[in-house]
Amino acid sequence: MKLAAEGKISLHELEDPVEKCLGCMACMTVCPTNVQYDQMLEGAKHAIEENKEKPKHQTAIEKGLFEHFVPSSKMMRSVGNLTWVYQKSGLQTFAQKLGILSKTPLHLGEFASVLPPMPSPKQRASREKVQPAKQKEKLRVAFFTGCVMDSVFFTINEQSVELLTLAGASVVIPEEQTCCGALHAHAGRHDEAVALAKQNIQMLEDLNVDRVVNNAGGCGAQMIRYDHLFEEGSDWHQRALAFVEKVEDITKVLAELDGLQFTKPLNYTITYQPSCHMTNVQRITKEPRQLMNQLPGVSVNEMNDPDFCCGSAGIYNIVQYDESMKILDRKMGDAEATNAQVIVTTNPGCLLQMKYGSERASTGQRAVHLIELLAEARPIAK
Amino acid sequence: MEAKWIDDLKKTLGKDHVHTAVVDRHSYSYDGSFGEYLPEAVVQVTSASQVSGVMKIANHYRVPVTPRGQGTCLSGGPLPVHGGIVLDTSQWPASIEVYADDLIAEVSPGTLTSAIHREVEAYGLMYPPDPSSAHVSTIGGNLAENSGGPRGLKYGVTKDYVIGLEVVTPEGEITRTGGRTIKNVTGLDITKLIVGSEGVLGVITSATLKLIPKPKAVQTIMVAFASMEIAGKAISTTLTSGILPSKMEFIDHACVQAVEEYEPSGLPQNAEAVLIIELDGHEETIEKELQEVLLIMKQLEATDIQVPETAEAAARIWKARKMVSPAIATIKPTKVSEDATVPRSQIPLMMKKLSDIREKYQINLVVFGHAGDGNLHPNILCDQRDQEEMKRVEKAVEEIFQAAIDLGGTLSGEHGIGTMKSPFLENEIGITGVDLMKRIKQSWDPNNIMNPGKIFAEPGQKLALSHE
Repeated sequence: MKLAAEGKISLHELEDPVEKCLGCMACMTVCPTNVQYDQMLEGAKHAIEENKEKPKHQTAIEKGLFEHFVPSSKMMRSVGNLTWVYQKSGLQTFAQKLGILSKTPLHLGEFASVLPPMPSPKQRASREKVQPAKQKEKLRVAFFTGCVMDSVFFTINEQSVELLTLAGASVVIPEEQTCCGALHAHAGRHDEAVALAKQNIQMLEDLNVDRVVNNAGGCGAQMIRYDHLFEEGSDWHQRALAFVEKVEDITKVLAELDGLQFTKPLNYTITYQPSCHMTNVQRITKEPRQLMNQLPGVSVNEMNDPDFCCGSAGIYNIVQYDESMKILDRKMGDAEATNAQVIVTTNPGCLLQMKYGSERASTGQRAVHLIELLAEARPIAK
Repeated sequence: MEAKWIDDLKKTLGKDHVHTAVVDRHSYSYDGSFGEYLPEAVVQVTSASQVSGVMKIANHYRVPVTPRGQGTCLSGGPLPVHGGIVLDTSQWPASIEVYADDLIAEVSPGTLTSAIHREVEAYGLMYPPDPSSAHVSTIGGNLAENSGGPRGLKYGVTKDYVIGLEVVTPEGEITRTGGRTIKNVTGLDITKLIVGSEGVLGVITSATLKLIPKPKAVQTIMVAFASMEIAGKAISTTLTSGILPSKMEFIDHACVQAVEEYEPSGLPQNAEAVLIIELDGHEETIEKELQEVLLIMKQLEATDIQVPETAEAAARIWKARKMVSPAIATIKPTKVSEDATVPRSQIPLMMKKLSDIREKYQINLVVFGHAGDGNLHPNILCDQRDQEEMKRVEKAVEEIFQAAIDLGGTLSGEHGIGTMKSPFLENEIGITGVDLMKRIKQSWDPNNIMNPGKIFAEPGQKLALSHE
């Protein structure tokens, strides 16, 4: 990047190495000199993106995707709904039989095959926007739904809210929230990331809550860095700092509330695949493990090198499929060696990748979000 | 069209091991020191036979080969000064075979030094050399540069823990030096010649390391002083009192300030000099030694003494010591890091000279380092884009080198000569000394393809930190 900035190599030449970077930020955790690589990477992507000459149709598709599709929860919800129709109608089986899915150039098909069953549109619409604590209220929180979580993993969001209320938090699900903007920032689309951040910051200012809770490692990592999107000293920077102060991952909130008791023993051996953005950006490593260890009957068997990225990395597994699979194969080897029946994750991207990885490597292992596992152990208010 | 030798490399090693794209070459054009030199090809090797293959081709076509580990070198060792091939060993799979009963370990060159520390500890053993970069640097690089570290005070440096090597010669022959026994006087000691030879004699492809039993306990002490002279006195008094600490580290006032601004770590902010001491050994012995050290410090009127009671509290102090390097890097963008070393008794005098140099050239000069063994790290914080400032820095560095030599010390305690210090080599070891070294180099590497441009200065070569 320095060489490109000095004009020794062209931005075009920088493109491939930058695109091959997972952005897992493990280098930041180990860096002896605290290099702010996250900002450098996004800066480089921004420069490359601005400089790029793209064919017209690609620009149009990307514009649609980033400006309207991902940020719009309505659009994302309809993906969820379409997925539901697709699965329920038998089209999925039909397509899988024909092998249509594996022929899409972006390898979307592979991942579609491991999507969970979707809730019906009716279930989606009937979600309560305000849910009081189911024991003495200790905390008031806003629940950040996340685009992918809310469309593809809707049930996990439902379970998240249930766990929070059981543990003693009153939950609101603000309608005004929008996409966290992580995918935009990672794609070098700085202006859109800023616009989305502003909307979320505003959303929280209008609410009387102690925290904004999310259950996607990647979203949390973007939101705790909102202040970096604005110039220091500016009004928006101040407002972003106030927002950042309240952002918290659900595992941390649940561990802090300490209000759950699990009634059903789960006789599994599990292993934990931490989300890179949880470990290296949010720096949350203790609490998820703490929660797992509270589950009756569960024994946690850590895999070799758990902090090695699984290769999901946002949309890396779709745009850099071959590289991603090399990484995934190594990860699945480590996961299989633990003899765990269940692989636990804390981020939707990792979850999909682990689901896909288990099928690809035929390990027979089941991948779940930590929230699903907690819900499975029949929690009650303590 | 690509050169014939690149073609041959691809045929011998496979295309995946040979990189010639502009971005790949640029990625290997620098290290932790100064200067950028573009190689013509980057070759990633993972076995001795591959290294042999590369060397045979390079020797045939007379192409320079520069071995490289993780590129953390502070003296320019992995810089391809004459172009040619950068031989990257960082992708070589880590391998540590511990033979606990023999107190040795066999390691591959791509293994991280910290991984060796961890692995042998599981056997109750210790590999003492502990360069600050151990969690990033490879053992191959440590061996080539004969790296030191804080524990050098009591335990010595890398060369003191190597008893055997597998080496590929510049002609591509694979050979072994030394063996697996502590005592070994069979023939000339080629092992010691290779360790610290900065890659100019051959490529290390495996090493047999000597291990020692891990001390049962450690105790950290942090002491602050009102002046550098008293801190110097504290070091010499301790070392002549019958106690040999495992570490005695020193941080000056400017470094303390930088660390506290960067990440508040509880260092005594008013102190002119801070010493961080570590004792190791049996618990009962340590307790006695601790009391004796504390008495010395009190008699010398230390302004602050901290004795951490838990391992966590001690770790926080050592973390603060590790923060010095990143913290001072925030003062200005360019960091010129030196490792001039003087006899212990000369530390206060060297500190005085450094202070004079700081005044004379009006530069940001801070000092920290391994005070116990006289190995100081004067660091100059400057801005490479400021030509005028860099000229002053060049002059200051020259004077630092000369000051160390004048006090009976050496140009480099642990970083190596490489490119930056080569113009000063003759000042320290004389014409005959340089000539002897050159003769060894010529007989080992008649075609001068092994890391050319290092250790020995080209005619008329000067220290150059500024670009004109």
